Parts: sequence; structure tokens; C-alpha cells
Amino acid sequence: MPINILMPALSPTMTEGTLAKWLVKEGDSVSSGDVMAEIETDKATMEVEAVDEGVIAKIVVADGTENVAVNDVIAILAEDGEDVAEAAQSGGAPAPAPAAEVPAPAAEAPAAAAPAAPAPAAPAPAPAAGGARVFASPLARRIAKDGGVDIAAITGTGPHGRVVKADVEAFIASGGAAKPAETDAAVTPEPKPTAPSKPAAGSDTLSIDDPIFKLLPEYEAIPNTNMRKTIARRLTDSARDVPHFNVQADIEIDALMALRKQLNSRPDADYKISVNDFVVKATALALTRVPECNVAYTDNAIVQFKQVDMAIAVSIDGGLITPIVKNCASKGLATISAEVKELAGKAREGKLAPEEYQGGTFSISNLGMFNVKAFNSIINSPQGGILSVGAGEQRPVVKDGALAIATVMTLSLAVDHRCIDGATAAGMMKELKAILEDPIALML
Amino acid sequence: MDKQSFDIVVIGGGPGGYVTAIRAAQLGFKVAVVEANHLGGICLNWGCIPTKALLRSAEVYHYMTHATDYGLTVDKPGFELDKIVARSRAISKQLNGGVGHLLKKNKVPVFDGWGKMAGGSAGARKVTVEKDGKVFAELTCKHLILATGARARQIPGMEVDGKLVWSYREAMVPTEMPKSLIVVGSGAIGIEFASFYRTMGAEVTVVEVMDRVLPVEDPEISKMAEKAFKKQGMNIMTGATVKGITKGANSVTAQIESKGKTTEVTAERLISAVGIVGNVENIGLEGTKIKVDRTHVEIDKWSETGEAGVYAIGDLAGPPWLAHKAEHEGVICVEKIAGLHGVHPLDTGRIPGCTYCHPQVASVGLTEPAAKEKGYDVKVGRFNFIGNGKAIALGEPDGLIKTIFDAKTGELLGAHMIGAEVTELIQGYSIAKTLETTEEELMHTVFPHPTLSEMMHESVLDAYGRVVHM
Repeated sequence: MPINILMPALSPTMTEGTLAKWLVKEGDSVSSGDVMAEIETDKATMEVEAVDEGVIAKIVVADGTENVAVNDVIAILAEDGEDVAEAAQSGGAPAPAPAAEVPAPAAEAPAAAAPAAPAPAAPAPAPAAGGARVFASPLARRIAKDGGVDIAAITGTGPHGRVVKADVEAFIASGGAAKPAETDAAVTPEPKPTAPSKPAAGSDTLSIDDPIFKLLPEYEAIPNTNMRKTIARRLTDSARDVPHFNVQADIEIDALMALRKQLNSRPDADYKISVNDFVVKATALALTRVPECNVAYTDNAIVQFKQVDMAIAVSIDGGLITPIVKNCASKGLATISAEVKELAGKAREGKLAPEEYQGGTFSISNLGMFNVKAFNSIINSPQGGILSVGAGEQRPVVKDGALAIATVMTLSLAVDHRCIDGATAAGMMKELKAILEDPIALML
Repeated sequence: MDKQSFDIVVIGGGPGGYVTAIRAAQLGFKVAVVEANHLGGICLNWGCIPTKALLRSAEVYHYMTHATDYGLTVDKPGFELDKIVARSRAISKQLNGGVGHLLKKNKVPVFDGWGKMAGGSAGARKVTVEKDGKVFAELTCKHLILATGARARQIPGMEVDGKLVWSYREAMVPTEMPKSLIVVGSGAIGIEFASFYRTMGAEVTVVEVMDRVLPVEDPEISKMAEKAFKKQGMNIMTGATVKGITKGANSVTAQIESKGKTTEVTAERLISAVGIVGNVENIGLEGTKIKVDRTHVEIDKWSETGEAGVYAIGDLAGPPWLAHKAEHEGVICVEKIAGLHGVHPLDTGRIPGCTYCHPQVASVGLTEPAAKEKGYDVKVGRFNFIGNGKAIALGEPDGLIKTIFDAKTGELLGAHMIGAEVTELIQGYSIAKTLETTEEELMHTVFPHPTLSEMMHESVLDAYGRVVHM
């Protein structure tokens, strides 16, 4: 019986993706483990392996097709001895056989098709389409469907955040653009456990069809990739919903530079520790000293994490991604350095497995290599904070009442004021400054 | 003087009041109930429950008189009225004690006396409790919930005298069975008494000012009910007003005007069941910002009155006049006070109503005319009891289950039932409405065979042209 090869879910929350490229063509024989296709999600490109043997009878979804829903038939496989032409027409077996499986890029990693397990309190950044189960009443679903509204975009006010008729009606009445106003200001709806908000069709964002573009100079429209859409949605949500504030400090890093040089010039050095590695390690250490900053805000409680999983912003072609160094505080500089290097490499190749970029309890963004002095970042919600690292440069400083020259780096810490107050953030910055200015302590 | 302070004080220990108090206690509030008469209120002592006991006797008596229909013989069906009444009173007493126990279990003190709001300000209301003309307790509370209920409306010229002209209270404890009876008002209370007394053998005339009996029900149900009542031998006068009454030694003659014509009906007793008025007097509303509209306290959607921290629930606050409405309203009120997540104002469109006459009537949601008036394009399903095996086996082949859907969305707008046991069936549609099911889920629900509930399924199927057993 012909087997349907289905669009796999690369992460538990994925609902659709782009079929980037077929590596096999109709008529090709495949056996278990052969790579058949590449699939692109908002964050990564994954390979689809065959799990059954047979001949590709028909490719249903062509190269480059966007928004292919998970579990859609993408190809039909004729099993040994089956008539390929017949199989191609059969539409495959009715039962959705798990005919394709996506291994994680790293050979030894478990299959990514298995649900990656992000830290429970820090939900993974969901891919564009949300995809987690939406609780909604049947009537709400039907009204949403008839009204052409995506129910996942609606905040439910029913029991346990269930979307009910009134929510859909309010959503449609409000133009379907924003989350509906709460039915009563005094009633806070249950926090929605899954499905973060997503841009609804017809949101405030301009459409490419907007007449304003007719008045503007000639342009090229670069289509939004899934990654671009995710960045847009998540950062818009964070900038709108999370009350940010920043604390800044100048750090003198001459001692750090000297220590770095000393470490890197050791004869047995099989590493090359960067300033950023120091910052990562020092921040993790500061967060263990001030755990009040290693938090996520929820409606019910402030979630204080028991280890620091550091998300490190990596610029990649067409966007950025934040691979994670797990349990960062307990790792040595050399380990951190090696991990960051490997993760950044994978990120640039689009080969990160979901568990390598989902989760994280705190973020660091470093633009020092571009010689910026200082900048403020937008928090990667639900994380409670993000550290922005500027360039280390020689600046005049006053020491003992006299002008001197020091290598100075400006750090800016953005935090979520719902869970971190000013004094706490300042305390964290104080610890960080102390560690970075006396970096030998990192060796302890 | 007993001086105590509480988070919440509830004045009135009826179904609204005591349930509210228990919920408040569950939420961790320090709460007290003030009750002047009986815990359980009218519902339990003089309303819902004792009438059900009387009607049960009537039902069994009906079976006795129709025993041959079931292949049974009863030598000489008969009854002893005092024992029927005694059974009804004993049941009320049992449940009244039960409420006392429940409050005790939840550590809710009950102040036995007349509660009255007596000054204080938002956040610290004062309530006095008076017994035998003496104030014996002064309670201070952060929140005050008024649940004083309602009583029978009196019509000038037809005042209840307790002898010839009865209210529900006298009708509940007759010492002898009147040979004939006029029931003024064909709402739930009037019709239940009419049904009881008719079943027990009295000649019953029902006078209704509206053009149909049970005027809050769907017109189709009213029509079927009227037909059934007439078949039982009731005299039904609709569109009729009592212009006046003349009392004899052991009789009442009512002058009844209908369609411009006045007729006289004489009976031994007359029951006045022309609605209720809220108990708004002497509870300290005067001089406050609390507004009273036609004997009912005006409230916002969270039951709060014009005075901050003072709430009114149940019959005192407005229709529908139902115990389960009062209970739910009270629960929402205290959950709101507690700041619970996901509390929603009461949706009166989802409150079922039941009338325990023979045949029973039950409904939830919009009637067909009301749905159309609201602009819905409706799909209506009907299923008659005659098509249901269980109904026929029970010897109850008369009845109807009617469902009304929004043709556009499949929302169940209303359900209306008449026939055996429908008061026990209606909750299925109440759940459906609360969960916001559409016709699809109802069609996919497996109803057990053989039950009356299968008709609920068939009615839905009928609305979409898929009825099987009709």
C-alpha cells in the first residue's frame, strides 16, 4: 500500500513550514535514513529522512512551497513491488503513517521530531503559526471560522482562558486587529498558557498594498521569511506588553584584557577566549548572585529559575537567532567559549535544533564588534532581562582625581519592570561590574 | 450587645443567602448570615420544596386513579389531606435543619433576627439584628449582601385573608380539600397549585391576564399546556382580568372580564398568584444611595447597589424569580469580591426555568418569537413524545421538545419542553448552552436508549432535517 509522506513537525509548536528543497525526485528509490528534503521553519532548516523503503511515486508539494501545514501529504512513496504509477494516483494510505522523520542536525542528537523540551516555565518561542492547542468553545470556533478570523489570535476569557463566543465577537467588532479589551476592566482573564499572541490578519502593520508606497520612491519588496515574521511578532509583543527600563554602567576592562591575553597565550591553549565569553560567564555568575534577575513574569507568580541558561544573540543571514548555553554559571570559560562557537556556527548554517535555541532564562546581545558605544535591547520575553554589550575602547577616566586612560566597555541592562525593580537591576549591574573589573575571581 | 465584625454579612438565609455565605466561607471570608424566619427561605420552607412534595403526592394519586392503564388494580384510590400536608411540612423541616448544619459545617454563624443596614460607610457597613423589638447584635462588615427575597404581590380588592383568599402559603397547608378553586395567575406558582388541586379532585378555574397560560414560555408550549389542562378538566380563562370579588360564607365569587364580557365564577377558595414584590422595607435602604425600582433593588452587573460594598441578589434584585438564579448570582458576587480570575456576570439567557405541573414544563434560553425579534434567522426542531419508546412505555405519550438554533452559527438559542420528567432533562441543554455547543456536538452526542433524553437528540436532528423517529 502506498505511503503518504507527511509534512513533519520540527517542534511541538510548529504548524507550518516551507518545503525548501527536494533532494530526491519522482522515481528515485529511497531507503530508511536517506535524506529526502529540506524544510525551513522560522528558525532553522531541517532535513527530512525517509523511514520506509520504496520509490518516490509522486512529489505532491513542490520545492519552495511556503506555509505547508504539518501533516499535509508532501509526497507519496510506493513500497517495494508496488506499481509506482498506481501509487502516485492512489493518494497513499488513509492512515497518516509517520513516513518521514526529521533527525536533529547533530548526528548524536535525538530526533527533532520528538518534542523538544524547553524549560517549562520559559515557553519556547513558538514558531510563527503558534500551533499549540487552542481551547475554544465549538460556537466560538464556528463564528471565528465564518468570520475568517484565526481563533489562535484571540485571548479567551472563559474558564482556563477558553475562547468563548463573546471573545470572538469582541475581536471581530474591534476589527480583528488587536486582542479584545477585557470584558470588564476589573477581571483579569486567565493567563493564556500556550499560543502566544500573533499578528492577526489585518493587524496594525502596513500592508505592501498600502497606498503610501505609491508615494514613496521605487523599491524592491523583500518577502518576509518565517524568521522575519517571528522576529517582528515577538519583539512587537515584547515592546508593547513588557514595561522595559535600562540601567547602564561603564566597565573598565584592562584587567580583563590582560587576563584574556594571558589565558589565550598559554602554550597548551586549544581555545581562544573572547571578551564576549567573559561577559557571558560573568553575567551568569552575577545572575546566580542576584537570582531575582533570573526570572520570568507570569500572571500568577514570578518564576525564579534555578540555573542560568544564557541565550546569546547571533546575527545570521536574514535575521538573528539566540542559541543557548545551558547551565552557564557552572561552566568554565573554555567550555563556554567552545559552546558559543559551535552554536553560532550551527546558527549561521541554519542547523540549530529546536532545543538549542528554545528556552533560555536571560539574554546577551553584543554589538561591540561594530564599535557601537552603547545600545538598549528589547527583552526576549518571557525572559526578565537582556544585557547589551558595547565596544571596549580606550576612554579618558578620572582616577584618584587625575585624568587617566582606561579600556572601557558600556553595558546596558534592560529588565522587565513587572518582575525586576530598579534597585534589583542596579544590584545585578553592580555585581557584574565587580566581576568584570576583577576577572581573576572568575577563575575561582 | 453582641458586637462582631465580619468580611461579609448576608441578610437573608434563603437559597440565595445561605449558598452565598457558604461560597464566601469556602473562599476564606469571615462571613455571617442574618435570618429573621427560617433558614432556606421561602424556597425551602414555603415554595419550591414543599410544593414538590405536594405534587409528588398528587402524582402518585394520579397513578392510583389510572392504575388500570398499567394493568394494576387499586380498590379505592383515596387520600388523607392532613397526611399529605404533614409529609410536605416534614420535608421542609428536614431540609431546613440541613441548611443549619451546612452553615455550621462551614463555620458561618447565623444571627436569628431581623437584619437591617444601619449606617457605616464603604468598607465598614453596620448591620443591626433585632429580635422581639430589641436590637441584640451589631455587626460590622466590609461587604454587605442583601438577600431578603420577595413575597406574594397583593392586588387591591383581592387581598389575601387566609380563609377564602389564599396566597401560596395557605394553599400549601390546606386543612380541607376545597371542592372548587379559582387560581388567579398562571405563572409557575399558580399553575402548580392549579395542577395539584385539580389532580386531587377540585374544580379549578385558572384566570390569566395574558393571552395564554405560562406566558413566559414559548407560545407553542403554552398552547400544549393549556390543551392538557383543559383535558384534565380545568377551566382556563386567558386574556381575563378579575374585576372584583364578592365573599360568601364559604365561597368567593369573582367578576372576571374577558374580551369585553364579564362573567362570574364562584368557588370555595381563591388563590392569588399574581407575582411577587421584593422585600425592600425596613432593611435600612432609606436615605442611602441604593435605588429601588418597583420593589426591587437596582444593581450593576456584579450585583453591587448604589452604595459601594453593598450588594443585592436574588428576588430582591430582579428577575427571573428563581432560587437557582439567586444562588448563582450570590456565588458570582462573592467570587468577584474575592477577585477570582475568570468571573463573569450572570447570563440570564442561560438560566433554565421549570414548572412542576402535570405535564411538566421546562425551558432555557430564547422562545421562538423572542429569537426572531432579536433578528435571528432560526432553525426550529420539534420532537413529540409519541415518537419516543420510553415515553410510550411510561404511559406518557403527550409532550414536545422544541429546540431553536441560530441558522447562521448553529448556536442553541433556546429549548422548550413539555411532558413527563422534562424538568430533569432541561439541564442537558443548559450545559450545552454554557459550553457553547453548536448543533454539531449535540448531534454527535450519544444519548442512551431507551430514555426520554433521546428526544433531545431527535429535536436537534429535526432542526436540521435529519430527524429519525418521526
